[in-house]
Amino acid sequence: MHELDLARSVVDAIQAEAVKQSFRKVDLIVLEIGALSCVDPHALEFGMDAATRGTCAEGAKLEIQSPPGEAQCFGCGETVALARKGDPCPNCGSFQLVVSGGEELKIKSLEVH
Amino acid sequence: MCTVCGCSDGGAKIEPGPAHTHQNDHGHGHAHDHHHHSEDGALNFGAGPAGVHVAGHSQARLIEIEQNILSKNDVIAAQNRARLEAQGIIAINLMSSPGSGKTTLLVETIKRLKDKWPIAVIEGDQQTSNDAARIRETGVASVQVNTGKGCHLDAEMVAQALDHLEPPLGGILFIENVGNLVCPAGFDLGEARRVVLASVTEGEDKPLKYPDMFASSDAMIVSKADLLPHLDFDVAALISNARKIRPRLDVLTTSATGAPGLDVWLAWLQGLHGQFRVAAE
Repeated sequence: MHELDLARSVVDAIQAEAVKQSFRKVDLIVLEIGALSCVDPHALEFGMDAATRGTCAEGAKLEIQSPPGEAQCFGCGETVALARKGDPCPNCGSFQLVVSGGEELKIKSLEVH
Repeated sequence: MCTVCGCSDGGAKIEPGPAHTHQNDHGHGHAHDHHHHSEDGALNFGAGPAGVHVAGHSQARLIEIEQNILSKNDVIAAQNRARLEAQGIIAINLMSSPGSGKTTLLVETIKRLKDKWPIAVIEGDQQTSNDAARIRETGVASVQVNTGKGCHLDAEMVAQALDHLEPPLGGILFIENVGNLVCPAGFDLGEARRVVLASVTEGEDKPLKYPDMFASSDAMIVSKADLLPHLDFDVAALISNARKIRPRLDVLTTSATGAPGLDVWLAWLQGLHGQFRVAAE
């Protein structure tokens, strides 16, 4: 359960941003957590609740965008949708896949005042 | 204590010497920014800052950040990597579930290699210095990192451990991660290679159940292979599952005792050593 550590990293980054950009309160946090990333969005949400307490991000709304999984297939040469790691290419059945999307772990934007 | 998983205020610490006991209560904060030396000289990863209040007022606005959540860890990992490369040290991050045989593999590996290359070990566990003590019995330097309630090592812990350990130039640094097949997958420590152990007493479908760990590894050691005659375990199925996750995974079937032994693993390390020597010249 590394999600709490990640939540802390998010809060660290927000606090650094608060100093840089002079804001006092965060109303909305937009995160990008890819469908194939090693993060469980529900656990992260839970972690954010704990990690933001007593900070300028306490009580902020959390929006998690989840880009879908995508892979390059060396079997058929196509870029294909990948629901889970370990699934075969939906096009040709090959497992020679290299994930090319859906592993994002990003702070996208903040709404602040 | 954290409401997600309990991994919060335990406070990671590094124990440079043989068994110390520490009793430190830490607040629920950001663990990796700061550490302080306690009376016995151990490094404790303690509580971080509370809230930030910025003077002045501003209107509601949208700020684009586009920052990787792990960027802080990744920056420190890159520093670790640069530091190790500059010193000609090859770092191997060893990961597995608890009980797959990481420490036993290390002890036997060290016995065979210590006259050939300088070796040092960073041991990661939630508690106790037992593993570092086992490593030191081989005559090799080892530092124990206790992560407290933490479920994985991170780059900052390794940076601190490197300061204490000062691994010998031109050698191999083994980093034994916390026994956990989930969390260590997401954290770059600055290692040269990531190696996952899967023992033959576990299931063949471990790679499918825990794909992130296998997806992030360069090699898989199939450990305890000397037990195969006594088990109904399909090594080919394990390898096939692992390569569904990571097609170009190196596979090394080993046993710390009996046959097949450690030869393929030692040869893999030798090959890696060769590659790094060539790269350095």
